[in-house]
Amino acid sequence: MTNFKYKPRRLPVFVFLLAALLSMVGSCKQKPYSQGQILYENFCQNCHNEEGKALRQLIPPLAASDYLVNHKEELACIIKYGIKGEIVVNGVTYNQEMPAFEEMYDAKILDVEIANIINYINNSWGNDNGYTSLQTVQENLKRCEE
Amino acid sequence: MKNIVLFLGFIALVGCKQEPTTLPYLGIPKYVDRVVDGETITDTFKHTISDFTFFNQNGDTITPATFEGKIYITDFFFTHCPSICPKMKEQMLRIYEKYEDNDNVLLLSHSIDTRNDTIGRLHEYAKNLGISANKWHLVTGDRQEIKRMAKDYMASVVEDSSLPGGYDHSGQFVLVDSKKHVRSFCDGTDAESVDRFMKDIDILLAEESEE
Repeated sequence: MTNFKYKPRRLPVFVFLLAALLSMVGSCKQKPYSQGQILYENFCQNCHNEEGKALRQLIPPLAASDYLVNHKEELACIIKYGIKGEIVVNGVTYNQEMPAFEEMYDAKILDVEIANIINYINNSWGNDNGYTSLQTVQENLKRCEE
Repeated sequence: MKNIVLFLGFIALVGCKQEPTTLPYLGIPKYVDRVVDGETITDTFKHTISDFTFFNQNGDTITPATFEGKIYITDFFFTHCPSICPKMKEQMLRIYEKYEDNDNVLLLSHSIDTRNDTIGRLHEYAKNLGISANKWHLVTGDRQEIKRMAKDYMASVVEDSSLPGGYDHSGQFVLVDSKKHVRSFCDGTDAESVDRFMKDIDILLAEESEE
């Protein structure tokens, strides 16, 4: 008992470790859809870039995009089958075709992968558009698969 | 101790490395022999961009005369390209914005999908990019001629139906001086590479203004 002495020099080390731990927990919380992120980086990012920003009037934004909120049920179909024709996003008209996934990559995309991408996009770059379940994705896909 | 000295020496060397102040001439030169008074003299001709005739987004004819007395940055793309083109265009826009008011710098983007990229389609694309045809020419023309020019600029373009969009092409940006020589390259999909490239553009501009 007499050996125990409080060593104030150790305090900064403890504070540092605690801060490091907290920041790690914090960063985990910020990125809950890591599977969606990997898919996004491989299949979406070339056009929609790391931050989901618009490319002038060619490619519409995914970050802070009213289209994502107002067309929530169409997102699965757009990811799988692409989109053609004019759309209006945040008041700006875009008309650049987005190709179907299969056409672009010569591979099939699974429903669960679509759900992962939707959830990543809907909850990144400041977006807070809620959670979309696999079941919802499959229901929404019926809109374009009948 | 010896290791430490070596390490410090290495740091000093790296630290002292100077930024390049001149650009090399890229490409394979041509050597031509000629005989003068019985002696063989070898002339060296730097790699030079050959002549071309294309049409830009406004339907104007674009030839080497368009770039006379100017330097230009060129690349190969197509409007419905789903792979690296949006990234390249994002980076090219950075160059466009930096040199927008410098009349000695022009940009030239060749479409490699001449079947789909009509003048009308390039016009639409340019409008959506918000770019001026006086500065940045998006051109289309004879398919074989575009391919030949890609070779001239040392940028690879290959048709491959198995790839997204149907073409395999490099994302290179190529810097050409006012004498039609290739002076620098960069990866047009990589922001850091483009940062270095813009320094090269400045070096070339300084060199050209001295002449």
